[in-house]
Amino acid sequence: MYKIILSVRYLLKRRISYLAFLAVALCVFIVVVVMTVITGLVRDFKVKNHKWVGDCVVGTESLVGFPYYEDFITKLEESDIIDSVSAVVKSYALVKNRGLQESLGVEIMGIDPVKHSKVTGFGKTLYHRRGDVSEAFKPAYDPNLVGCVVGIDKWLMRDTNGRYSYEVSPSEAALLVSCFPLTSKGALAKAGTGLVNTKTFYYSDTSHSGLAAVDSSFIYLPFEEAQLLCGMAGPVKRISAIHIKFKPDVKLEKGCGKVSTLWKRFIEEKGEEQAELLDTVTVQSWKEYRRAFIAAMEKEQTLLTIMFAFVGVTTVFIVFVVFYMIVSHKSKDVGILKSIGVSRLDIIELFSCFAFLIGLLGSAAGVLAGRLFLLKINKIEDLLFEHFEFQLWDRTMYAISDIPNAVDSKVLVVIIVTAIAACLAGAFLPSWQAAKLEVVETLQVSQL
Amino acid sequence: MSKDDYILKAEGLYKSYRMGEAGVSVLRGVDLAVKKGDFVAIVGASGSGKSTLLHILGALDRPDKGVVSFEGSDLSRVGERELNKFRNKMVGFVFQFYHLLDELSVLENVFLPAMASKSVFGWLGSHRWVKSRARKLLSELGLSERANHKPYQLSGGERQRVAIGRALMNEPRILLADEPTGNLDSATGNGILNVFERLNKAGQTIVMVTHDERIAQKAGRIITLADGKIK
Repeated sequence: MYKIILSVRYLLKRRISYLAFLAVALCVFIVVVVMTVITGLVRDFKVKNHKWVGDCVVGTESLVGFPYYEDFITKLEESDIIDSVSAVVKSYALVKNRGLQESLGVEIMGIDPVKHSKVTGFGKTLYHRRGDVSEAFKPAYDPNLVGCVVGIDKWLMRDTNGRYSYEVSPSEAALLVSCFPLTSKGALAKAGTGLVNTKTFYYSDTSHSGLAAVDSSFIYLPFEEAQLLCGMAGPVKRISAIHIKFKPDVKLEKGCGKVSTLWKRFIEEKGEEQAELLDTVTVQSWKEYRRAFIAAMEKEQTLLTIMFAFVGVTTVFIVFVVFYMIVSHKSKDVGILKSIGVSRLDIIELFSCFAFLIGLLGSAAGVLAGRLFLLKINKIEDLLFEHFEFQLWDRTMYAISDIPNAVDSKVLVVIIVTAIAACLAGAFLPSWQAAKLEVVETLQVSQL
Repeated sequence: MSKDDYILKAEGLYKSYRMGEAGVSVLRGVDLAVKKGDFVAIVGASGSGKSTLLHILGALDRPDKGVVSFEGSDLSRVGERELNKFRNKMVGFVFQFYHLLDELSVLENVFLPAMASKSVFGWLGSHRWVKSRARKLLSELGLSERANHKPYQLSGGERQRVAIGRALMNEPRILLADEPTGNLDSATGNGILNVFERLNKAGQTIVMVTHDERIAQKAGRIITLADGKIK
């Protein structure tokens, strides 16, 4: 009990303890804020990717695509793990506004909006047709026209606060989309004639997935139209991918594994029929499918975590210095305690208890301050922008609207535990030295 | 006199320290026996080894050679844990410079040895009784009004009485006092000696170190230490 009482008194009465407390609080504050922001960015990015892709993708990178997808979709729909599936045609195209000379390179995605919205978050990325996704490709100004949905960054500008200037209703605009159709052998389907397929689509809506690379390069077209444009609508129809959503209780790895097995069996059943096209198909989870994008973010997160491990080492050193000074000042107390029968282990426990308190209170203060700061971080940034034109990210360029500030309780627990462990580590050596002190030396009773 | 009458016995104690290159022999074969209820004063000039002898008797230091027995048990054969228990329960120390903990109140300083020997749960079960005994001791030492003060708010004499209270808290078999009046004026020092006399009359065994022959006269037995030996 005296260890607790003395620890609390040392903490309250010794001003040097405040330094250790402040050092821990400051380190924890910085780590909480930075880790919350970076973890939030990564989490947000992953969620957006997941919503854009669905759970699993059976697809090929080849622009030729793969056949017999309808047979495989039937097999998938018979499976008890599948919630919904969406066939997708993906390719590259040139697009230009009618009346303008300039053509832009884009990626096109042919989808059935209703089916695709069941698998992905496509329906929620729309603005004008959000409530009725089946109308996604029907321009409000003339539903009889064949519409297209344009990635928002290709269509609308953002203001300095990252807000898009949405139109009340979609403006009338005709987009000429040109594709190079390919045969199942990979040759140009219209060799010697027109080479390209061109069709006019009418702007019906924008899609805001929150993924900069997607929103600035994709145009969504009706599935059948995209199939025709890409030359995949022949006698044996082809697609680029099947996006899959699993039932809620199905774990990602297990689901992907089962789909992979189904696909292998499917290929075996098909034998040599267009085997070269089917062999290019892979089964990937959404994480694997978007690996190239997610991995970069995760690497940045890992790098920051390592950098903050160094901050942790600094905390250990600060606590070590503070404790070294405290123990030097308290050697007389150690002698007194030992003279009344306190053991070496008790002395280590006393200073460890003191270190634990500093770690606990310091990290609690750091977490509290961090949470308060994060709560107001976007308002603070707005104020800084209004008065000093300072922004963490240029909102006209980056797809991040707000700075992530949702604190992850698991991350908080890890930070608090690490801070306490750092304090205990920093205090150990001085405590051990204190425990080794001889009573007669510490009490300076060497009067012979 | 039978062997059991001695509460504390030292035989052939040797102790030397290194001072730079040279070694200084402080104790050169000291034999000493203290009976239950004795009030022994160890006198000697500064540097005669009396404080060293007291620390060895109280297991705060170890002799280079020789045996210290407490109630028949050889302290050199006792483990660290038992020695801690011995310091906590069997002996009470009073130092010249009081050595109170500044962060604790007077009352807390007094009951510190009792608290140190108990676990958190043990303390929760006994703290009322412990505090009551500490208050009683303070009352006997005339410090009831000072229970909640901090040591730095007390005079030298008061601090020494707090130190005596702390030394008596666990009802030790023997009280070891190292120059208890050395840092006090004459009147205050006499007050402390009166406390010792009163305790001794109540049966407390006391071994006191002093360099002042006049103070030593208060003890029942005087042992003079010179050149590391008892004269």
